[in-house]
Amino acid sequence: MKTNDIILQTATKVAVFIIIMFAVRLFFSGHYFAGGGFVGGLITSAAIVLIMIAFDLKTAKKIVPINYRYLIGSGLLVSSFTGLFPVLIGKPFLTHFYSYYQLPIIGKTSLHTATLFDLGVYLVVVGVTMTIIQSIGESE
Amino acid sequence: MSLLHWAILSPFLLAVIIPVLYKLFRRVHTGWFVLALPVVLFSYFFLKIPAVRQGQEIKETLKWIPSLNINFTTIIDGLSLLFALLITGIGSLVVLYSIFYLSKKKEQLHNFYVYLLLFMGAMLGVVLSDNLIVLYMFWEFTSLSSFLLIGYWHNRERSRYGAQKSMLITVFGGLSMLGAIVMLYIMGGTFSIRGLIAQAGTIVDHPLFLAAMLLVLLGAFTKSAQFPFHIWLPDAMEAPTPVSAYLHSATMVKAGIYLVARLSPLFAQSGVWLWLVGGIGLLTLLWGSFNAIRQTDLKGILAYSTVSQLGLIMSLLGVGAAAVHYPQLGNENIYIAATMAAIFHLINHATFKGSLFMMVGIVDHETGTRDIRKLGGLMSFMPITFTIAVIGTFSMAGLPPFNGFLSKEMFLESMVSVLSLDLFNMSTWGSLFPVLAWIASVFTFVYSMMVVFKTFTGKYQPEKLPKKPHEAPFGMLLSPIILALLVILFGLFPNMLTETLIKPAAASVLGDVLPADYELHIAFWHGATPALFMTIGIIAVGLLLYVLWPKWKGLYKAFPEKLSFTNLYDHALPAMENGSFNLVKLFMTGFIRNYLVYIFIFFIGSLGFTIYLKNAFNYSTIDTAPIGFYEVVLAAVIAIGAVSILFVKSRLTSIIVLGSVGYTVSLFFVLFRAPDLALTQLVVETVSTALFLLCFYHLPKKFRKEERLKFRGTNLLISLGVGTVVTLIALSAHSTKLFDTISKYYLDTAYTEAGGKNVVNVTLVDYRGLDTMFEITVLGIAAIGIYSMIKLRLTKRGGKKANENK
Repeated sequence: MKTNDIILQTATKVAVFIIIMFAVRLFFSGHYFAGGGFVGGLITSAAIVLIMIAFDLKTAKKIVPINYRYLIGSGLLVSSFTGLFPVLIGKPFLTHFYSYYQLPIIGKTSLHTATLFDLGVYLVVVGVTMTIIQSIGESE
Repeated sequence: MSLLHWAILSPFLLAVIIPVLYKLFRRVHTGWFVLALPVVLFSYFFLKIPAVRQGQEIKETLKWIPSLNINFTTIIDGLSLLFALLITGIGSLVVLYSIFYLSKKKEQLHNFYVYLLLFMGAMLGVVLSDNLIVLYMFWEFTSLSSFLLIGYWHNRERSRYGAQKSMLITVFGGLSMLGAIVMLYIMGGTFSIRGLIAQAGTIVDHPLFLAAMLLVLLGAFTKSAQFPFHIWLPDAMEAPTPVSAYLHSATMVKAGIYLVARLSPLFAQSGVWLWLVGGIGLLTLLWGSFNAIRQTDLKGILAYSTVSQLGLIMSLLGVGAAAVHYPQLGNENIYIAATMAAIFHLINHATFKGSLFMMVGIVDHETGTRDIRKLGGLMSFMPITFTIAVIGTFSMAGLPPFNGFLSKEMFLESMVSVLSLDLFNMSTWGSLFPVLAWIASVFTFVYSMMVVFKTFTGKYQPEKLPKKPHEAPFGMLLSPIILALLVILFGLFPNMLTETLIKPAAASVLGDVLPADYELHIAFWHGATPALFMTIGIIAVGLLLYVLWPKWKGLYKAFPEKLSFTNLYDHALPAMENGSFNLVKLFMTGFIRNYLVYIFIFFIGSLGFTIYLKNAFNYSTIDTAPIGFYEVVLAAVIAIGAVSILFVKSRLTSIIVLGSVGYTVSLFFVLFRAPDLALTQLVVETVSTALFLLCFYHLPKKFRKEERLKFRGTNLLISLGVGTVVTLIALSAHSTKLFDTISKYYLDTAYTEAGGKNVVNVTLVDYRGLDTMFEITVLGIAAIGIYSMIKLRLTKRGGKKANENK
């Protein structure tokens, strides 16, 4: 069943990047504006789903060669290590630190360990959503 | 650990070793290894007689659970010693008998002796324990080991039936007794029997007194096969004959007697005790002796005879309790004699019933049958067995010069003495006691004669017997001969028992009521008392009835088997099983809808009732915000969506309507200024709608037909009820603000403490990061679950499906 959906595919090529940029933007702005790891992750998966719809599962796999189940595990690891790190220096579990740094190009920026935690959330959400959709899509 | 404790525990220890000995020495009959122990124990207890005779109590304590007041305290007094001697003495004889009775080659001897030793130890524990919990523990041990012994030939259906029946009945009584023990502890603050008896005066007035007494009696009556719990005993005759001789005539069935006697000082003040123990005992005596006559199996006759004799002892204990009410009489107290008679008959019964069971075992062993219709004319083949039978049965019937005559005289005298009681309406109904006792004694006479004469005299019917009868080996005869000799010995010289055993035992039962200088003198010729004339009457009428037996046989048709309690038990047990099966089938339907109905009804009921009970409904509009136009519109959209789901025909439509409800909810979040929630809700709603559509797509064809939701009244009521209850609770909760929210802290410190301006996100990752962590774990588990459900489908046989092998 090969239909000629060239318009969809062309539009997808453009849209996917915009969607991913939006997702990244939502992820990084989480601490100050609406957004965060959860929504960011969902929207990132939306972009991948769009690829799946426009092309097919195999192509999507080729474009994003990731095993999403590992993504779930690594996300959980990132989150729990963020939480465990303060324990090593004698602080309670999941204590966050932040400070302001002068970074090249970007300028004065605050770096916050909560972002790392959110990164874990992001990875898990992408992994979960894609695992579910992929497994269902592949099943007969 | 004192020597006494070792004595009680030694049968258990030997029981551990017996299987090893059985395996190691296959040539020697295992019984020989067992035999030494009861003999040693008997000598040990025998040597205690002089000390106990002088009124000493030998008390030993072993700490078990001191924090709960449960200690293994053992006391030897008159009553305990008497029972301990019976248990070990008859135990030795039974073991000796079983060595010749049970075949070394055919039987699983190690099982038999392990059970028997368990039983012996448990029985010793029961009679020697002072702590009620320990007593209860040993009590259940006797039930258990008796169960194992009755079901010894477990390949036979009747054995299993009898074992189960006795187990159910005795454990039922045992558990009632445990209830009584707990109540006694509540009343007296101690588990010690001596400690409780010391407080008897105050315990009598406690509101739990009556309940505790009834439960104790339930335990004692079930164990001692009293009416109407006697039904397990005849079926317990499926056990090997040594077991019947030991457990079901001499020891276990007397555990109930022991309990009644032991707790007599505690309960005897009460009239209910006197009436119940005396009355039920008498009823059991009558019913047991009446039913014994109709039996055709020798062991059946003896089983009913045991029931009836236990009733006799029980009734004597009941009458003996009256002594407590006449302490001023001192030496003239005629009711003391009843207790003495009970104890004397207890000893006598153990001797003659033990020998009779062994006699029946010999007959069974040598002829192959126990049916009195097939037996007859064995006298010339088995003269020694016949002699034993004559001694045992004549003693049972109460004929001189055997010990049964003496205790029966004392029994009749005690029953006559009831006439002079002026307690608890005894003066009106008490006259029934001697009359019933006399009738029962006549029946006893008749069946005793049947046992001996139908078996050993009359016509010899060799064609009906599986084996050719001949005299038993000497080893088998030894035990019954010893018991029969004791029957004669106690009959001719009863006073050797009075000072040594009977009086100390009676002192334990009666407590302070027994005067120290009380003189008990048992003699054959005790003057022309009413009891003597009653005995003459018994013999005369009994002989008449025995001779005329074929004429009045028809009387038993008036009491058909259908009306018996066994029949009731046989029908009640399946009825209970069916009843519970049907009950469970009634509500465990297997339909999820029904279970949801129960859950929701319980939800409505418990919460609604709580609101009603606590008058908890509360409504105030103080804290409510003004209602705006948009909210009304959105609420209307949601309401329309929610209600229309109920009425749409196609599933596809309902999925879309559900999606619309979800999107409206996200609009609500927008309206109520929750951008994060709105964003998430929007995406999640999209994903879940897509998944719903996927499910719909995969539905089998036959479920895809368009069909409106069926209307059900219960569903409507329950859903309305749940909605109402939840609404009421929400309104009440909102109207009852107990304290301010803590959100002000978050709003104030989100930037200063956590360096963020999105308070929701700061809360999620910083203040309450732990929740988030486990939420993503939940998501991960869900994803892996879905993945495994889809990818790892196993076939029923456990292998992977061929086409799923990716």
